[in-house]
Amino acid sequence: MDVDLSEPLAVFIAPRRMLARLLRDSRTRIAIVVLAIVALSAVFAPLLAPYDPTAQLDIVRLQSQPPSLAHPLGTDPYSRDVLSRLLYGSRISLAVGLGAVLLAMSFGIAVGAVAGFIGGAVDAVLMRFVDAALSIPRLLVLIMVASLWGSLGLVPLTLLMAGTGWFAVSRLVRAETLALREREFIVAARALGASPLRILVRHVLPNVAAPALVAATLGIANVILLEAGLSYLGIGVRPPTASWGAIIQDGAERVSDLWWLTLFPGLAILVTVFACNALGDALRDAFDPRQLPRGTDSNFLKEA
Amino acid sequence: MRRFVAGRLAQAAIVVFLVTTVTFILVHLAPGDPIAMGLDRPGVSEAVRQHWREDFGLDRPLVEQYLRWLSNAARGDLGWSFSFHQPVRDVIVDALPRTLLLVGLAMMLSFALGIVVAVLQTERPGGRRDRWFGRILLLLYSVPDFWLALVVLLMFAYRLPLFPTSGIVDPLMHDYMSFSGRLLDRLRHLVLPVSTLTLLATAAISRHQRSALLEVMPSDWMRTAIAKGVSQRQAVRRHALRNALLPSITLAGLYLPALAAGALFVEKVFSWPGMGLLAADAIAARDYMLITASVLVTSVAVAIGALLADVAAAVADPRIRVR
Repeated sequence: MDVDLSEPLAVFIAPRRMLARLLRDSRTRIAIVVLAIVALSAVFAPLLAPYDPTAQLDIVRLQSQPPSLAHPLGTDPYSRDVLSRLLYGSRISLAVGLGAVLLAMSFGIAVGAVAGFIGGAVDAVLMRFVDAALSIPRLLVLIMVASLWGSLGLVPLTLLMAGTGWFAVSRLVRAETLALREREFIVAARALGASPLRILVRHVLPNVAAPALVAATLGIANVILLEAGLSYLGIGVRPPTASWGAIIQDGAERVSDLWWLTLFPGLAILVTVFACNALGDALRDAFDPRQLPRGTDSNFLKEA
Repeated sequence: MRRFVAGRLAQAAIVVFLVTTVTFILVHLAPGDPIAMGLDRPGVSEAVRQHWREDFGLDRPLVEQYLRWLSNAARGDLGWSFSFHQPVRDVIVDALPRTLLLVGLAMMLSFALGIVVAVLQTERPGGRRDRWFGRILLLLYSVPDFWLALVVLLMFAYRLPLFPTSGIVDPLMHDYMSFSGRLLDRLRHLVLPVSTLTLLATAAISRHQRSALLEVMPSDWMRTAIAKGVSQRQAVRRHALRNALLPSITLAGLYLPALAAGALFVEKVFSWPGMGLLAADAIAARDYMLITASVLVTSVAVAIGALLADVAAAVADPRIRVR
């Protein structure tokens, strides 16, 4: 029997080899180091931050001061210490990113697996809805909700990000499930009398884990960007809570004078999002055996 | 073809219906009603508010309000902007073409640039150039839209004052310029916003184009081309690219939502008075009818754009029509 190369092949690679491939990738190592630093600064923010992130230290003398020894990243127009706000801001980015993606993944995988497994009218209706939802700009929905309700708390914001973030995953998982449904081992399980739920949980879900993990990693990057964008527009997490986008917003009216308010939080977002995306790319390559081995040169074509 | 277009039109209609319905539901779930918010200032008595509510039909049953909202939106009546003191439609009619100009230019430039970069990368897949371009593209792909715009503004309008900081024309001198002077003035104002948006879009497009090219690399016809002695570079440019271009047309449609989002931030940073700046200003002014309408109009524009892209793809590739 011919092997159909268009089908997902992740199943054929042993997890241990996948992990080895992943760790050999320089992108993985960079991403792990960066994300570890961000996570540590989020967890230990109270110990690391020199000041209270919301304390207005001295509105007269410490207003909008450029970086100095006492305030390595300067102060903002409310005389708050930018370094402290940056450290605490990583908590918001990570909490919203991880929380929203975890929720969106669970829901998206459930919907996708059910749609792909049951098929028929359920599948058709669900996927028409998902198609329509995917073609609405996510940012616009977020803007409308956030501005109609005023600034949101951390939990509503996370729920909002999750509620607008599960569409792509459900479609991905559905496609994988459809492909898997006809495979021999699923047919065999069905022939042996396994219940649909058991097939779904024991045989289908482990096989969609790889693409879902890639989507999750890239999803975290996206949510961090969206949260920063909303905060920059002034409708993110409720002030005076420190968030990376909000620090930039505080200096946005006077970018040319208060450059430190734009530069440092922006770099923090960039580096964190870059690490998530790099990790996602590395994961995708590690899971996909069709991908070029790293360092392959033009001889590849002649061998292919 | 006719069946394909009909099916795709139906899909676009579903999107528009979904957007209008979701908008309506959100506005009604939100705390307070549009009138209370729009007139949320001291000195407006409760009697006046009540009068407004009746005028706008906010005391009617929800179903009636919904149908009325649908029919109004269909006729282009999108309400009254409290911050502009104008009908929302007039405000949007001014802003929409400016955004279309910005997005259209950026779209064309980023596709050209993205395809060139992807071709350069895949001439030696996995080679040094491929890897470096890959890193740069990933960095651009990860940069927050508004932050890149702010950095570009800071660098090329403030530190090096090469280009104007905001707007579409010089506010003082434009009317006194010659024809060519006016044209130049407009172009100078376009440079920074268009470049920023182009850079942002190129990152996504080029990454997709590269994987589309790599996808067709192992095809039999590529092997044939190499076997008959076509050079690597020629094989990519003449054979692989043509086959890998088709998915890009669909990608153009899929990428529109992200481009609309990018345009919003770019317009805000460069004070480009299009739909994005309108939405951002409406948020700041808490002008809810304007926020809702600009979200609605942008979503519908994106849906129409995606529809056009899909039809174009079907024209270019007959196989899509059958599927």
